[in-house]
Amino acid sequence: MKKKSMTRRRFVATGAAAVGGVVAAPYVSSAQSAGTLKVGFWDHWVPGANKAIESAAKAWGEKEKVNVEIDFITSQGNKILLTIAAESQAKSGHDILSLPTWQPARHVDNLEPVDDVMGDLVKQNGKVNATVEYLGKIKGKWVVVPSTAGSQIKGPASRIDLLKQHAGVDILAMYPAGAAPKADGWNMETYLKAAKACNKAGVAFGIGLGTTSDSVDTAGAFFNSYGAVLVDQKENITVKTDKVRAAMEYMKELTAELPADAPSWDDASNNKWLVSGRGASIMNPPSAWAVAVRDAPQIAEQIWHHGMPIGPSGRHAPFLPYFWGIWSFSKNKSAAKSLLRALSTEAAAQSMVEASKGYDIPAYANFSTFKTWAEMAPPKGTMYHYANPHDHQVLSIAAAPSPHRIAEQIYTQGLMTKMIVRYHRGEKLDSVLSWAEGELEGFMRT
Amino acid sequence: MVDATIKQDGAVMRADRRSSLQKTFQRKSTIAFIMTLPLILLIAILVVYPALYAVHLAMLNKSMQKFVGLSNFTFLFKRETFWMVVWQSCIFALTAVFFKAIIGFFVAHFVHNIPDKGQRKWRGMLLIPWVIPPAMSTLAWLWLFDPSYSAFNWILERIGLSGVPWLGDAYWARFCVILVNVWIGAPFFMIMYLAALKSVPEQLYEAAKIDGANWWQTMRFVTLPMMRNIIMITALFSTIVTFANFDIVRVLTRGDPLDQTHVFATWAFRLGIEGGDIPLGASVSLFMVPILTIGAIFILRDIVKRGNEA
Repeated sequence: MKKKSMTRRRFVATGAAAVGGVVAAPYVSSAQSAGTLKVGFWDHWVPGANKAIESAAKAWGEKEKVNVEIDFITSQGNKILLTIAAESQAKSGHDILSLPTWQPARHVDNLEPVDDVMGDLVKQNGKVNATVEYLGKIKGKWVVVPSTAGSQIKGPASRIDLLKQHAGVDILAMYPAGAAPKADGWNMETYLKAAKACNKAGVAFGIGLGTTSDSVDTAGAFFNSYGAVLVDQKENITVKTDKVRAAMEYMKELTAELPADAPSWDDASNNKWLVSGRGASIMNPPSAWAVAVRDAPQIAEQIWHHGMPIGPSGRHAPFLPYFWGIWSFSKNKSAAKSLLRALSTEAAAQSMVEASKGYDIPAYANFSTFKTWAEMAPPKGTMYHYANPHDHQVLSIAAAPSPHRIAEQIYTQGLMTKMIVRYHRGEKLDSVLSWAEGELEGFMRT
Repeated sequence: MVDATIKQDGAVMRADRRSSLQKTFQRKSTIAFIMTLPLILLIAILVVYPALYAVHLAMLNKSMQKFVGLSNFTFLFKRETFWMVVWQSCIFALTAVFFKAIIGFFVAHFVHNIPDKGQRKWRGMLLIPWVIPPAMSTLAWLWLFDPSYSAFNWILERIGLSGVPWLGDAYWARFCVILVNVWIGAPFFMIMYLAALKSVPEQLYEAAKIDGANWWQTMRFVTLPMMRNIIMITALFSTIVTFANFDIVRVLTRGDPLDQTHVFATWAFRLGIEGGDIPLGASVSLFMVPILTIGAIFILRDIVKRGNEA
């Protein structure tokens, strides 16, 4: 047998060819290229809701032979914000992380663009609304994928009986289960009249005026209904406009009909207000109703989720989306993108909506008519209009469309609720607007 | 012969070196240093490094990409809310420390006068507010002050008075956060003062009694001078801790209404973590460091001076 010997020259040539081949070969992106994927999901309020997202992620992991490690991170005590800040600073941690509202814009430099994923998902699932695009598509690039888990609409949740008895409002006739809304007459004026009547009857509307998100979202929706923008897209301060003045006048009148301690309310206060039977209406996702089903079934039977009143600039509902982002320092980007596609299918979204008892709102146009919302009871159909199935209202967020860095400050500092409380407490409107102008100048810093 | 001498010298030198090493290790200061080394390292990792990192952060721009020196501080000095927070933090810390000291002082005297047999039970019970994690006890207070379901208001309404917006009105809200801080912190003062009272020699009181001193004179010329160091150290320690307080305000009011209950830590958190402006948040949290440091230096120097005089 003849032994083939390799010369030094031949070894170098073979080695160079091999290296050249590896470099020139096209990279095939597949989930199998990753061994482990670390994911930090938001820990859901609704008991058992985590199960759906966990099952979907694990099923994907088994199919793609990727070991998926999941942490559920609570937003209690802002733990999720602290985790995001720490990982962003350390450039280490999870591959995918749930990001609340303003976080994609804040961490845009550390997030992997996902235009390819979003392009496919929009084709597959339908368009996303303008608020999702405003928050998730930064400088023309998608940096996050909208998450079904955690996204919510904070529209009115009202007592059918109390509205009818004290304000003469038949909310079931305006928002019938299984049919399009007939709510042309549900406007700012009728809403205020109802608030006055209910307050007079001792069952006031429960809207917070603190600095937590429920309060800020509600104030933002009213401002948006009047077209009242504090800073425009070009960073001009637009506080002293007729639209802002009109919104402030309306909110002053409405605030007079709210509980006296509304300026100190947090996100739990409005829920307690409704569940205890002390109030006729609040602005909240169905979590208050879910608690009532457990603790006060006779009240739950009378709760109906419906649309916002219409204002001069439209019918705006407070919408608070969550997102999933992939860190740019992730070592498993292809696997992470593949998982986000799997979590954004109709089946996955439907399972999350079902597990959250209808709380979660998928971002895509084709996903607003799941049977969960139609069937949820008591009373049957209470959540039919929650997911905006007839595109009856604009899903908007407080402080939009200001540039993100300013909008985030307006939102987190509760500027709008503070303006309302100042005006309500007797400060002159011009003085309140000048104060707000000063605050906004401070928010402009880079 | 010469070789033997050199060898001998070498051995002597080695023995000297060994014995000086032994002496070094036998020195109390060396042993103390070695024993405290783990703590020093721990403090360096958990306190010194984060403190220096906070200074570094405070000198960056909002996006943390550019060194801006003291610009964050000059920006803060122009903000109305910042000065309101400074004012509120001072009111909060100084009022709370004052009441904690007064209550602690009197309760310590009461406990000191309880017969030894039953004293332990009282000491234990009075320490309860201090040993419960503040976030938990503050949650209980939150339920008592709850905007809609305040237990206090329920009582007031039962006796025909109208309810109080405990956390909805700025003045009541400030009162509430100070009250809870005093409730949590007074036992610490009490236990420190009690320890100080127990260390005052009984002979001094006997001598004062023989000299015909009344209660006030005994208090002024015997008790207070003997407790002075403890009072100063406790007040200093408590002032620093109270200025840095976070949990009580965060749980009770989150700085609401209208930012009128914010203190440095809660406002720093609002700006830094919630608002995404970490450098500005770091600047707010560092603002009190020089003031408290100067205060601490003066108080500690006074204590050392009097210790030397004694």
